[in-house]
Amino acid sequence: MELMKRQETWNITYTHALGETASWFYVQIRDNAKIFGRRCAKTGRVLVPPRSFSDQTLQPTTEWVEVGPGGRIETFSIVYEQFQNLPEPPYAFGYVLLDGADTALGGFFKGVDLKDPAKAAEKLKIGTRVVTRFAEKRTGDVLDFWYEIA
Amino acid sequence: MSTERVGIIGIGQSKFTARRDDASYPDLVREAVVLALNDAKLDLDDMQAVVYSLSPDAMVGIGNAERSGVDAVGARNKRFLRINTGGATGISSVAAAYYHVASGACDVVLTAGADKVGECGDSQTVLNKIWDPTYERQLPLGTINMLGMSAVRYMQHYGMTEEDMALVTVKNRRQAARNPNAHLRKIVTVEDVMASRYIAWPVKLLDCCPQSSGGGAMVLASEKYIKERKLEAVWITGLAHCSESYWLGDRMGKEPEADHADAFALGRACQRAYKMAGITDPAKQVHVAELYSPFSNTEFHAIDAAEFCKRGESVKLLREGQFELGGRIPVNPSGGTLCTNAIAVTAMIRAAEVALQVWGRAGEHQAKGARVGIASGNGGDHQFFGAIVIEA
Repeated sequence: MELMKRQETWNITYTHALGETASWFYVQIRDNAKIFGRRCAKTGRVLVPPRSFSDQTLQPTTEWVEVGPGGRIETFSIVYEQFQNLPEPPYAFGYVLLDGADTALGGFFKGVDLKDPAKAAEKLKIGTRVVTRFAEKRTGDVLDFWYEIA
Repeated sequence: MSTERVGIIGIGQSKFTARRDDASYPDLVREAVVLALNDAKLDLDDMQAVVYSLSPDAMVGIGNAERSGVDAVGARNKRFLRINTGGATGISSVAAAYYHVASGACDVVLTAGADKVGECGDSQTVLNKIWDPTYERQLPLGTINMLGMSAVRYMQHYGMTEEDMALVTVKNRRQAARNPNAHLRKIVTVEDVMASRYIAWPVKLLDCCPQSSGGGAMVLASEKYIKERKLEAVWITGLAHCSESYWLGDRMGKEPEADHADAFALGRACQRAYKMAGITDPAKQVHVAELYSPFSNTEFHAIDAAEFCKRGESVKLLREGQFELGGRIPVNPSGGTLCTNAIAVTAMIRAAEVALQVWGRAGEHQAKGARVGIASGNGGDHQFFGAIVIEA
């Protein structure tokens, strides 16, 4: 028998309030091209991206600490497949432990030739030093910065 | 805690495929329920509660799809709740069904669900939405690159290669070829895997699970109920969950408690389940395992977490064939998540397959003489883990 189908699209626009902590973080990126983490008073850990409380103690974090712009690659992904509503491949992104931070911050890697996967993976291997670069025009967002091999 | 045991008395699962254009979403749920009830030799009216297994709504494209699924599990006039822990949903649902019985609240409980992942167009687009809209949604995160980033760290720590990852696919496809319910059943070679295109380095197409459609259902009952009615059963002797914190970047950097290379919280869940079951040496006392591994690389950290070997040693032992059907501890004899992933029920099928194994009912993919097995499930951003020990 003939089996029928119907197509449906979900297209929902959300306006997310970022809260005090992320708002302060993004204003620093936008206005000063600086990245900050939040220190947990009890453990001393500097959480990046900054959070208003520690997941280990549930106590409020107490201090802003500037981190980076240097750091080391903790892991990476080089994506070669197109996914719906995600960027055009290939692209590389991953996590970097910025100097002065205890946790790693996600961002894109730029300036690495991704044509040869094995060679690109070697360039981005764990432990590689990188530096944070900022866009000239910044809106206050994660996409205002990226990492380049130092 | 009640000392009375909880048994598995009925199992139903679809023959999983990419699409099921002949069946609506509730049709698929009902298909598995009918199979499980027939297997248990019980009627719908015997079921006292229903635990509904359903992961993110956007995968099936129906907001709170348990609303339409309620008829397909016959939950009218019954206790009903929906469980969602992402990929771990299925094993969480079995656990919730277990707790209904173990608490003494019910004698017989049904758990069921289904998924039609192939209808969502692109599961990675759906899964990208599990990330926080404040700091990480701007990145193209998905489960493939999230676990590819685990592979990068596992390679660094333990020397896993892309060929090692390919060996997992080769093993699981060979086993899936013996399982009539598996989705991907074509046997492949290491060369086939290595020649398949990169999705997110080092993960290639054949290192990835498929987007599957199908249903799963299980019936659990109290030992008293089972004995009074002289029903056939296998027994859940240990179960536990463990959660990881949210941020991927916290699982790396300076001395992380849980490294993103590993499955730290899965290890904790397994330890808790073993303790409850009285298992002190899993490598010797466990005969078979169905460990949730949607990408080839993740089977290694799952085997490590199940304590079949020292951490990182799974790579060498898998090369030796120790986790094959016929090997020391067959892992994913059904072909596992790598060959079939209908997300809402995938982790339930892990428990169902271990039950079939220790029952001696796994057919062509039976692990010879298996009496004790462990099943696991992973969900969220490598975050929610469950483990269940099942014994004959």
